[in-house]
Amino acid sequence: MSLADKIRLKIRQQDRLEDGVYDLWIEAKDMAATAGPGQFISLYCNDGGRLLPRPISICEIDKKEGLIRLVYRVIGKGTDEISRFRSGDYIECMGPLGNGFSLEDKKALIIGGGIGIPPLLELAKQLKCEKDIVLGYRDLTFLDKDFESYGNVYLSTEDGSVGTKGNVIDAIIEHGLTADIIYACGPTPMLRGVKEYAKSIGATAQLSLEERMACGIGACLACVCQSKDLDHHTNVNNKRICKEGPVFYADDIIL
Amino acid sequence: MNNKDKNIKKINMEVDIGGIRFKNPVTTASGTFGSGMEYSDYVDLSSLGAVTTKGVSTNPWPGNPTPRVAETYGGMLNAIGLQNPGIDVFLQRDLPFLKSYDTKIIVNVVGKTAEEYCEVVERLSESEVDMLEINISCPNVKEGGIAFGQDPIRVEAITSQVRKYSKKPIIIKLSPNVTDIGEIARAAEAGGADAISLINTLTGMKIDIERRDFLLANKIGGLSGPAIKPIAVRMVYQAACAVKIPIIGMGGIMNGEDALEFIMAGATMVAVGTANFINPRATKEVMDGIEAYMVRNNIGDIKELIGCVGK
Repeated sequence: MSLADKIRLKIRQQDRLEDGVYDLWIEAKDMAATAGPGQFISLYCNDGGRLLPRPISICEIDKKEGLIRLVYRVIGKGTDEISRFRSGDYIECMGPLGNGFSLEDKKALIIGGGIGIPPLLELAKQLKCEKDIVLGYRDLTFLDKDFESYGNVYLSTEDGSVGTKGNVIDAIIEHGLTADIIYACGPTPMLRGVKEYAKSIGATAQLSLEERMACGIGACLACVCQSKDLDHHTNVNNKRICKEGPVFYADDIIL
Repeated sequence: MNNKDKNIKKINMEVDIGGIRFKNPVTTASGTFGSGMEYSDYVDLSSLGAVTTKGVSTNPWPGNPTPRVAETYGGMLNAIGLQNPGIDVFLQRDLPFLKSYDTKIIVNVVGKTAEEYCEVVERLSESEVDMLEINISCPNVKEGGIAFGQDPIRVEAITSQVRKYSKKPIIIKLSPNVTDIGEIARAAEAGGADAISLINTLTGMKIDIERRDFLLANKIGGLSGPAIKPIAVRMVYQAACAVKIPIIGMGGIMNGEDALEFIMAGATMVAVGTANFINPRATKEVMDGIEAYMVRNNIGDIKELIGCVGK
């Protein structure tokens, strides 16, 4: 794999998708050439007081145009600063980082929750097999239309305003969806539910995890998750989400 | 290169600590550089004065629960909890890797008890490492670490104890979370330390006001980064006034100018820490920055700058 270096890249476009959710296209020819679904990019703030990169999963890769799309939620001052960048501005980035999804040619169920939905779009695009897509939101939906050309899309909302009232598992049960493999990204309670559901139907599952990171390259040991087997780095059942992950097989990790 | 540059005599950046010669005064701060593997694609490890490893204990340590880091303005808090694979894996895997580079190897040593420190020190003494840095200042573990570093009597005791087991020069890494750094530095010197390094992180806390809870799972973490640099420079100066042994200075060094402040305050070497997380090439930029300053100011030998302030 070529070295993911820290470079300044030009922003092609940035739009607000929904309250606090932003859609950023970066001119990143080299990154687009090597990136895969489920990998992430570290974004740096211009404000020198905000030192650490913000790790954002890749939403779409346009190899032809040399573009990377990131869809993220503003959760603090750093992401707020990034959301104010406009087309033509430059942003410091490093990536693609981490290990993304492994594409398997099996009947697939793609499950996303909230801001865990964006990294599944490129996956849905690249998976050529039969697939159902379940997207769960609190209330307001985003990106759901983008998924429609890649599979059957089912929605759930906590308030029942769109799709099934409840969570993604409620939607899966309501529509009787099954699969041989599940790919999922979302909040940890959702991933726990997905892992359990996968087990109940005998499917394998790949889960994309999230944790607070510092370096993004496996050195600081901040973003670990518990693993079933000893990790090769420290021999203590702690896999690094930025390095061995962010995508893991559900059976390999303890949520 | 113009004629003026050609006339400048070769710059000497070599420094000596504990009888070991380092090609330049820049190393890494323990815990920010692993054993160098993650950075070897970004920086030629052979260009560094030394690589200082993450803390090594007798057995593997799993570290603390997550979240382990939190950003604060101009810095970051960490409570990793000294996750490390232990001395066996270090000797089998990390040491041969480091030995493949032309740099000095400083191994940071951690333990829960004095006996554990001594065991690691004894085993490393039989290996090809160059120096040992005894970490008596980690704020993120319940036992060991800082517990040894805040009382001058205990600092002297642990120093003289590990001294007995070490065939390598030892550096005692000091905590800034003390009232009188000079007193602690003198205790390390009295115990037989060949050098001291400072500062480790300052204890801090961040509250998530939306969740109305601590941000770090460990509640308290160690503050590092540019926010702590003035404190670190002050403490290096005070320690340099208190002892004759050399000092490795660190705390928020982001570039050559920052490193020079430490050197002028009295540090013989400097360590780059948090900056590695923000820019994997930070060590190289610090080395280049020091060199550029020396060229600009016609300084032939880095030793001319060590502790030069106020003289």
